[in-house]
Amino acid sequence: MSLEPEVTSAEAPISVSRAPRRREWVQTLVEAWALRRTKVGFVIFVILLMIALFGRFVAPYTPTEFVGRPFSDPSAAYWLGTDFLGRDVLTRVLHGGLSVFVLGISATVIGTVFGVSLGLVAGYARRAVDEAIMRVLDVVLAFPSVVLAMLFVSILGPRLWLIVLMVGVSHMPRIARVTRAATVEVVARDFVRAAAAVGVPRRKILLYEVLPNISSPLLVEFGLRLTYSIIMIAALSFIGFGMQPPAADWGLMINENRIAIITQPWVLLAPVLMIGALTISANLMADGLSRALVGIDRDTAQA
Amino acid sequence: MSGARTDIVLTVEDLRVVLDPSGIEIDDGVSFIIHEGEVLGLVGESASGKTTAATSLLAYQRRGAKVAGGRIDIAGTDVLSLSRPELRKVRGGLISYVPQDASASLNPALRIGDQLLEILNEHSFGSSQAERQARLLEMMDEVLLPNDRAFLRRYPHQLSGGQQQRVVIAMAMANRPRIIVLDEPTTALDVTTQAHVLETVRHLTSSYGVSALYVTHDLAVVSCLVDRIAIMYAGRLVEIGPRADLFTGAYHPYTRRLLAAIPDIHATRPPRGIPGSAPRPGNRVAGCAFAPRCDCRIDKCATELPPYAGPDADHQVCCWRWEEVGQGLSVIAGEELVFPTTRVEEPCRSVNNVVVDVRNVTAFYQRKEVLHDVSTTLCEHRCLALVGESGSGKTTLARCIAGLHQFKIEGAIEFNGKPLARETRGRTSAERQAIQYIFQSPYSSLNPRKTIRQLLAQPIDIFFDLDRDGTEERMVQVLEQVALESSLLNRYPEQLSGGERQRVAIARALVAEPSVLICDEVTSWLDVSVQAAIIELLVHLQGETGVSMLFVTHNLALVRSIAQEVAVMQDGRIVEHGVVDAVLDDPQAEYTRLLLGDTPTIPADCRI
Amino acid sequence: MPPLLKILIMRLGLGVLTLLLVSLVVFAATQALPGDAAKAILGKDSADTERYEALRKQLRLDRPLVEQYTNWLGGVVRGDLGRSLVGAGANVTDLIGARVVNSAILVLLAALVSIPISILLGALSAIWRDSKFDNAVNMTNLSLASLPEFVIGILLVLVFATAVFKWLPSVSNVNSLLPLAGQMKLFVLPVITLALAVIPYVSRMLRASTVEVLESEYVMMARLKGVSEPRVLWHHALPNAIVPTIQVIAINIAWLAGGIVTVEYLFTFPGVGAGLVDAVANRDMPVVQALVLLMAAIYVLLNLMADIFTILISPRLRTGLR
Repeated sequence: MSLEPEVTSAEAPISVSRAPRRREWVQTLVEAWALRRTKVGFVIFVILLMIALFGRFVAPYTPTEFVGRPFSDPSAAYWLGTDFLGRDVLTRVLHGGLSVFVLGISATVIGTVFGVSLGLVAGYARRAVDEAIMRVLDVVLAFPSVVLAMLFVSILGPRLWLIVLMVGVSHMPRIARVTRAATVEVVARDFVRAAAAVGVPRRKILLYEVLPNISSPLLVEFGLRLTYSIIMIAALSFIGFGMQPPAADWGLMINENRIAIITQPWVLLAPVLMIGALTISANLMADGLSRALVGIDRDTAQA
Repeated sequence: MSGARTDIVLTVEDLRVVLDPSGIEIDDGVSFIIHEGEVLGLVGESASGKTTAATSLLAYQRRGAKVAGGRIDIAGTDVLSLSRPELRKVRGGLISYVPQDASASLNPALRIGDQLLEILNEHSFGSSQAERQARLLEMMDEVLLPNDRAFLRRYPHQLSGGQQQRVVIAMAMANRPRIIVLDEPTTALDVTTQAHVLETVRHLTSSYGVSALYVTHDLAVVSCLVDRIAIMYAGRLVEIGPRADLFTGAYHPYTRRLLAAIPDIHATRPPRGIPGSAPRPGNRVAGCAFAPRCDCRIDKCATELPPYAGPDADHQVCCWRWEEVGQGLSVIAGEELVFPTTRVEEPCRSVNNVVVDVRNVTAFYQRKEVLHDVSTTLCEHRCLALVGESGSGKTTLARCIAGLHQFKIEGAIEFNGKPLARETRGRTSAERQAIQYIFQSPYSSLNPRKTIRQLLAQPIDIFFDLDRDGTEERMVQVLEQVALESSLLNRYPEQLSGGERQRVAIARALVAEPSVLICDEVTSWLDVSVQAAIIELLVHLQGETGVSMLFVTHNLALVRSIAQEVAVMQDGRIVEHGVVDAVLDDPQAEYTRLLLGDTPTIPADCRI
Repeated sequence: MPPLLKILIMRLGLGVLTLLLVSLVVFAATQALPGDAAKAILGKDSADTERYEALRKQLRLDRPLVEQYTNWLGGVVRGDLGRSLVGAGANVTDLIGARVVNSAILVLLAALVSIPISILLGALSAIWRDSKFDNAVNMTNLSLASLPEFVIGILLVLVFATAVFKWLPSVSNVNSLLPLAGQMKLFVLPVITLALAVIPYVSRMLRASTVEVLESEYVMMARLKGVSEPRVLWHHALPNAIVPTIQVIAINIAWLAGGIVTVEYLFTFPGVGAGLVDAVANRDMPVVQALVLLMAAIYVLLNLMADIFTILISPRLRTGLR
């Protein structure tokens, strides 16, 4: 309740100080950047990305060479100790991030591309097509988190392409739902009808009338799904179905060394903290974006 | 400005409400009093701050707003200084509130009987539960609702809009308050329902001696309900006085122009719009806020705020030139307008230039039949008004003609003698170009991600083979037709006012050079002063381009100002069709008579 | 037929349809094998045609696909989940029975712990919106929601079972032959881990819906009626705010059923999650199929229940169907 009920019945507010409008998602990015959590998340994310990309060039050893006794304590020679086979933990941590980033981002992109396409079509077509698409996606939704990937891994073995595809596929239903909901809302507005009335083709309506109006929620969803992709990829490695030995990978390192959790927690701490920092930083960015998204509406309401 | 009477129930002194962090003023220096049993109408257009002022009486502000100064006294209680428990007793006890949207204001999870009983319980009405039960039944009687158990056990969504509003009014009357605040309680209702609710309010205030503040944007609604009227503009009271004085001898140019903008069934001239739009909080200027739109402003108006003055203590006005205005200074520049109805004598059926022929059309919404065997015709150079309440099928019929109806249609719709496909995709490009549709809400019909240039370029690209310069030239030309600056081309819809947006929507339709223009409730989202300006524009455009127009509206009072013919719709049928003057002056259908009777009017002796 | 009944039957039908499609996916997945299941099991030994053919027959791989599917589905419905491909080829139903019980207890305990806490945290954050409490809950939720469950689990183990305190066992090898009461300590860390993973989602959802309801016109109306603030919250706001949260609670319990995979594996807890990891590692297809189908079925059923429950408790849906 506000002065706005008067507004809804008649003139809506004119924004006072808004610069000429940029693309919606750019606007969301700019507003998200104004929040501290977005900056913190971004900085941590970039630092971890740098470690994943360039850490290998400063690593003291190669990731697979045996440099000392298994489970050696941290020392000058190996700062973080050695793992269950006597390999240098620091070296493996520096090498083990790239796979998490590459697989996580690929899975998110796959899920987003397919999810958004299906959601757009379902939201615009409505009726039978909509029903069919959403029912099929409900089936995918019924397999919780990593279970769908495990089903296929049990049959085809732990292949990386399969992991990426399955993590992407399990994101599809939720991305499609978000896209569909946003699309339905936009399609209900008259400007879509106005475009159809002058004969703009369906494909162009989806791409030029609908998509630009839902880009912000999709951006937020992408951020969120990136977090979950990383979580799922790490989890699959942790239970032994992601990266395979002797590869260096944060999730796999936790799996390999977990027998030492009581005697030698050092070995686990480094990869656990890396994964934790990575998922928290990704989620901080996603949360910043979603706050900025809500903020857009609030702003115009108060202007 | 206190009167001679001493039975004052409410005193508001110098009320100032601001947005919280920014300090932007919503209301500034609002003062008025209400006597016992008196109804004061607080009238203003959108963003005038009237609702904010009204809820302040209950010491309530929405999140982000706060009272920054002033005093509110209800029957000796200083409302703004109360503690929370004291305030709880006052709200719903001493003063109560009737909201605009009853359907949103009733809790969807609770039965209406429980919600009504709650206010009695919370205020410990009477001395026993039995007494409260009895009062509950009495309340239902007072607002003319059934008081049987089954009805009281209903949930809000099982009631009609009018019934919901009555429940809310019953709630407000429950503890026999000294004053009730009615915040646009009939805006969401159809005219016939509105008439009944107004009758109830009138009855309750007079029989129980309750005072009321009636907040509305519509002067016509309050014309036969209130004792005095206060006019608000941009957060300030610009004029306050007895009802009769305001209608027959207003001193503020805004009051007079507001009266001139109201479409009235009995009026002899078409409504005149006020150029521009009201400033929103934060955009208000020094001096008189109305000055930029005022035709009789002087230099002083822009810099100095005029003091309150007036012929007597009961009638106060805030204008430097109030005396001249009172003596008949013309507040409207420009020539007089005449009704377009004067141009025709007979319905077009008898003439042989039918453009759109609707024959025995039956249409469905999903599986429900919503139009039943409707036939009508639209002729060249004519405007046909399609009038009906919500659910009458008027918009469905318009959409069937425009090819925007998504469900089954039976019967034939012909354009220049050729049958039209149901959906636009099935129609030829020439047909799509010839029939253009303007939507109800300019907030929904313009893609917020496109500039005005991109919006106007779309139909040009599709229908005409023009190069860049040609397109640009055409756009500037069409903006000129709708009285907009070409500098707006680079703006986004969000940067325009509602009236400007609707002009852009009209321009987008015009740029296709249509022969039929369908206007679907195009003014219902606009302030009354802006509505009149849009009507003026449409009448002018029709005369200039000779386009045939279908004007869909719920407001019978608008019909005479724009159309030559009118079709009245009820429950999916056309119940009456004829030349405007004939239908309005001598209605044949019972339903048309009912509508005419219920449409609020301003007093016949109103002087602008 | 009354419309309410009709809609309930429709929902039920949709649930059954989804379950059928899920079973189809689970079954069809085995068809993605290069060669067939028999080949996969025998590996290099599949050159031995006699053994290969015998196994094919045992697995009924020589029958047409449709028949294989209906046979399998018929078995599932009767509770016959086939035989394990590993070791002595025990009956799958017997193999997973005890695990299902263990996991059910785990999930139930986690739900009982997390739901009341979530509702309390969500409601309080909404009432004290933008307060220090709200911000603290928000940041904690944000962090917990971003951490993989196994990371939460390891951190808990590091704190409570090893380095810092030695209070709790780091391994939860529950023995289903011994009475549960004596083994409660083994449940503590897995239950806390799962609860910490669920609380953020449910409490955030409840906060969001409560905030929305508190801003609604009917809550404003209640306040302007002079209704006391506690009554506004408990009587007017929460009954409306909880409705959209039901679905989220259901999804999260169902998700618990999936999230237990990594948590059970971490704590070597003898439940369906750890069982699934083992089965996948051993490529024991009948067990994998059974467990995956079970998890998906739990999701579908919980969702269906939430759906129906939502309809039943919300007057607009319940009575608006006439």
